[in-house]
Parts: sequence; structure tokens; C-alpha cells
Amino acid sequence: MQALFSQLVAGLSLGSVLLLAALGLALTFGQMGVINMAHGEFMMAGAYTAFVAQGLIADAGTSLLLAIPLGFLVGGVMGVILEATLICRMYHRPLDTLLVTWGVSLILQQAARDIFGAPNVEVRAPSWLSGGVNIGVTQVPAARLFILVLAVVAVAGLSLLLKTTPLGRRIRGVVQNRDLAETVGVSTRRTDRLTFFIGSGLAGIAGVALTLLGSTGPTLGSSYIVDAFLVVVAGGIGQIKGAVIAAFGLGLLQASFEFSTTASIAKVMVFVVVVVFLQIRPQGIFSLRTRSLA
Amino acid sequence: MRILPTRGRPVRAAAVLVVAGLALAGCGSRVGDSGASGSPATSCVDTSGSTVKVGFLNSLSGTMAISEKTVHDSLMLAADQINASGGVLGKKLQVVTEDGASEPTIFAEKATKLISSDCTAAVFGGWTSSSRKAMLPVFEGANSLLFYPVQYEGLEASPNIFYTGATTNQQIVPALDYLKQKGVKSVFLVGSDYVFPRTANKEIKAYAKANGIEVKGEEYAPLGYTDFTTIVNKVKSAGADAVFNTLNGDSNVAFFKEYRNAGLTPAAMPVISVSIAEEEINGIGLDNVVGQLTAWNYYQTIDSPKNTAFVQAFKAKYGQNRVTSDPMEAAYTSLFLWKAIVEKAKSFKTDDIRKAAGGVSYDAPEGTVTVNGENHHIAKTALIGKVGPDSLIHTVWSSGAPIEPDPFLKNYDWAKGLTG
Repeated sequence: MQALFSQLVAGLSLGSVLLLAALGLALTFGQMGVINMAHGEFMMAGAYTAFVAQGLIADAGTSLLLAIPLGFLVGGVMGVILEATLICRMYHRPLDTLLVTWGVSLILQQAARDIFGAPNVEVRAPSWLSGGVNIGVTQVPAARLFILVLAVVAVAGLSLLLKTTPLGRRIRGVVQNRDLAETVGVSTRRTDRLTFFIGSGLAGIAGVALTLLGSTGPTLGSSYIVDAFLVVVAGGIGQIKGAVIAAFGLGLLQASFEFSTTASIAKVMVFVVVVVFLQIRPQGIFSLRTRSLA
Repeated sequence: MRILPTRGRPVRAAAVLVVAGLALAGCGSRVGDSGASGSPATSCVDTSGSTVKVGFLNSLSGTMAISEKTVHDSLMLAADQINASGGVLGKKLQVVTEDGASEPTIFAEKATKLISSDCTAAVFGGWTSSSRKAMLPVFEGANSLLFYPVQYEGLEASPNIFYTGATTNQQIVPALDYLKQKGVKSVFLVGSDYVFPRTANKEIKAYAKANGIEVKGEEYAPLGYTDFTTIVNKVKSAGADAVFNTLNGDSNVAFFKEYRNAGLTPAAMPVISVSIAEEEINGIGLDNVVGQLTAWNYYQTIDSPKNTAFVQAFKAKYGQNRVTSDPMEAAYTSLFLWKAIVEKAKSFKTDDIRKAAGGVSYDAPEGTVTVNGENHHIAKTALIGKVGPDSLIHTVWSSGAPIEPDPFLKNYDWAKGLTG
């Protein structure tokens, strides 16, 4: 019973990590269709933002809370620069985008190595996040609870933005029918750039959160990028709620497989489940009905 | 020791064959000074001038750069010191640096270049076992020398490689002896999912069986894995006396953070690690790893005049915040060992060096080390250390005397049947 509950918590926690990593991608890949391999490096930039913030402000708690908006800004600005210099030139060439952004990701990794040094750096967790919280029969690490809350807040914020603000309406309009949106006077270029800013910024936030769990090093992002794409593809292109369900679903699957087998086998099994699922439902959990032919 | 996933074996084998072929062709076309009879390839090493070339081949880019850059730094320090004291056989060292880029095929290519185009007298470097395995046929084909500075899984002995890191019986076996001596009755094995941890755990299980230690569980995580909730849950509920950790690289960070968050402490269930050195502690976070155990042959805190001089010279060259670790010390030592062997042989030729190598000693920062002429490994003292609050590792147990290298574990009864 206790093991079951611990694994449930482990699955939810893993799901929230996946969600946080995939949320930005759900926007840039899911909504805009840009295959951005450098998305993971925006996470890495967010993680290093947390490291730099800690160097400036000694108190681990304050610096972490401050690093969240800062990480959003750093990730977002890097995203906009990438969009404005490279991606905007190849919106109709997805394969070129894939290769170019992969190249960018390698450059960014090496840049991090040159700036911060090759060894991992330490981001100290604030004292209120390093213990555990007792929930009924099991103990949940506070850092994981924090990430779960952060993921929920990020999803809520993003849905509010998309549903209620003029920018959100423009983004949805452009996704659903780019030509028509342009015809009624929406600047699709500006909308694209802003969407990319938000998506990359979310990657930055994910990076800040990940410093609580894993290592902060140049390759932080590359270990999450495949899982993030998996979540978006399984969730269904163009849907935030698809990403949410897919992230928690995959997290729970991974945790339960891992408990009964091993970590390597669990990863394989999760992939198999996703592949089989996509055979049955190629469009993912949810699909967006649009009038465009694409 | 750290092996990264590699591409398909046939591709790599073909690449190695091609480069090995090039090595032979390259050497043959040069005007050589050796004309050594009986060796399969003639060497183009030029020892007529006032300098002699040596190659340093480490990953300065890619995932392994994090570790191999430090090894390169200490090799450069050793070269500087040797040159300052007059060189080797009166010749100054001229260092040729190549980047292995964390990719075994590139290690093989660059090794070929160093041997046949740069004509280096010896090459120093390599880290992952896959990089060593990729370079092995190159060095054997060209009859050139590689000095490999990292602890590894054993079961290898090449006439063209000198292994200056620990083999299993100088690191893992002493670690188990230590645990047994401390009254540990059960262990849980956690490792990365590739050859080194799986080979090591096979040996650990054989040892445990022979010594009445119960193995309560065995878990592997893919390289670079970052979610250890489930594995730590399993470790916690198994309740072993100690954890034997053969995880590699970044996974250690996630593992130790999770371990501490789950409320496990070094006092209740110590973790003994074979891949965490001084260099890694800051990345993991001191709070997460303080009080845990490690098994190596060298720590920065070793109190000897030789080591004090080494640490001071390293800090003076690279900065006061830098630390020295076992692989760095083994690399530093490897260059001086080569110098000692060359001076004994009075020759830079591979065959002469091989003949002279047995019994050559060097007073290294870790203590006196001696080359074993048969298997080309070196006798080293095993040290168990504890991570202290100063971010350094302090010796808590020592094997006392250097342990003779036994890469195939021939002298251990419990290991019969493991090594074939």
C-alpha cells in the first residue's frame, strides 16, 4: 500500500517535470510547428540563470524565486533571437529547421562550457525545499512538491493567457488559420515572435526548476528534449491540455514500469506504449480541428 | 571507465580498420630513424633534434570534456615541469594536443594522426573504455604507445598500452574488503546501464557470495538518467547496510539529491562510490554528498611532500579554486613514469621501452608506484575516503602497501569463472 502510494507520488512528480519541460515545446512545436532542437538549451540557460542568481544573492530561497521570472526572460530572449535570425527564414522548411536548431544547440552547449566551465555547477536548494513533507502514509520531497505546484501554475497561467488576453486570441487565430488571421489584420510575424518568446521562456522556467532535482551542466537540456517531444507528440499537436494529460500519463507509466522492472526497461516500455498508441491514434490524445489543409 | 553509447559495432570496427591501415601506410612513407627489426611498422619518431614530440589526446569538447579537460590540464603541468628540469634524455618535450571530442571513432582517428603524421613518441589520454578500445588496435597496429590514466573494469592487457589508473583489484575489491571489515552484511547495487557497472557488479556479486554478504537489489539507470525517485524508493524499502554506487556522470547528481530528499543519511545507509572524485563534489552539491564514501588511489588531502608540491603547482598554474583528483594524478604520474622508463631504456623506441618498463618506480603524489612488466598496469595503494565538509575527500582506510595489479583477477578464488 505504502509502495503503491510512493510510486503514485513518484509518477505524478515525474509527470510534472515532463510537463514543465514540454509546456514551452507544446507552444512552439505544437502550435507553431517549429521543430526546435535548441529548446533543451533554453532550459539549460534557465538553469544557469538560477546559478548566476545564486551568485548575486546569497539567500537560496530569494534567489530561486527571483530566478523563475529571470529564467523566463533569459529563455525568452534567446528564443526571440533564434527566431528572428534563423527560424523565421525557414518556416516552410521543417527539416532545415531541425538541422539548424540542432547545430545551434551544440553551439550553445559549448558556449556554456566556455563561459561556466566544463564541470557541473551547484545550485543550492533553499532549506525549505531540501526536506520532505509528510502526506498521509508517505513522505514527498519538498522540491518535487514545489515543481508540481510550479507546473500547475505555469499551465494555468498559459491557459489564461491563451483564452482571455488579446495576445492569446491572436495566437490561437494564427494557429487555426494563418491566412485568414493575416487578412483581418493580425500581424502574424509579431505573433509568431511573441509565441516563440513565451514558449522559450517556459523552457527557461523549467530549467530553473530542474536545478532542484538534477545536475546543472551544459548537457542538462539534451537529456530532456526527447521526452519533451514525446509528450507533445503523444498529447496531440496544438493542444495544451493534451500535453498535460500526456505528461502525467507518461510519468505514471514510467514510474509503475520502473517499479516492476528496471529503469532501462521502463523507458523502452514507455516508448513502445507511445508508438502503439500513435498507431491507433496518430493525431495524439487530442487533435485540433482547423480549417487549414496542413 | 565511463563508456558512452556508441554507434554500431560494424561501423566502428570498419573505421578502426581503415585508420589502422592508414597508420601503417603513413608510417611507411616517412623517413624513419628506427629501422627496428621485427616490429610490424616502422616508427617515424624524430629524435635527432633537441626536442621530442608527445601527444595528449583528451576530449576537450562533448560530454566527456567535463572530466577529460582536467586530465589534460595536469598532463600539461607535468610536461612543463619535465621541460623545466631539462626534458627527457636531454630533449625538451613538444606537446601536440588533439581533441577526442567524446567520440571513440575520433579518438582512433586522432591517435592515428598523432602516431603517423605528428610522429609522437608516445600518446597520453583517453577516458572512456570505449575510447580505449577504439584506440587499442591503432596503437598495436603501429606498434606505438598509449598511457591511459583512468580506473577501469579490468580484463585487458595490451603490450602497447600502459594503464596508470586502478584496475578492479586495486579499487573495487579493496572497497568491498573495507565494507566487510566495517560489518556490512548486505549491499544494494546502483549503477549506470553499460559495461563498466555491469562488469563491476558481477565481480561484486561473486565477492559477496563468497563472503556472506547479501545483495539486496541491483538497479541500473540509463546514462544521463535524471529521475531516481523509483530507484531510491527501492533502495529505501530494501534496507541494505550500504549502497555500492557505480553510477557515472550527471546521474550521480540526481541520485544523491534524491537520496538525501528521501531522508537517507550516510550514517544510516552509507553510499560508497567509485566514480566520484574531488572534481565532482561541487557539481553534486556538498550538502548532498557530505559523509559519503569513495574508493580511489589518490586524494588531494594526501599528506606527503610530493603531493603538497603537486597540489601547489597545480593551483599556481590553474587557480586556487581548482582541485586535484585521482585521474588527474594518474595522468600526471603517467608522464613521469614514461620519462623514467625512457631514461632507463635510454631510447624512445616502443620495443626498448617495453623491455625496460618492468619494475620502474616513481615517487608519485599518491605514493610510490611500480610498473608491472607483464600486464603494464601499476602497483597502487588503495584508499577509502570520506567526503568532508571542506568539499575534499579524506582517507579513512588504506591498504597500507601498494597492491599488485591483477586485471584478470587470477589470484582471487571467488572470481573463478568470471574471467573465463
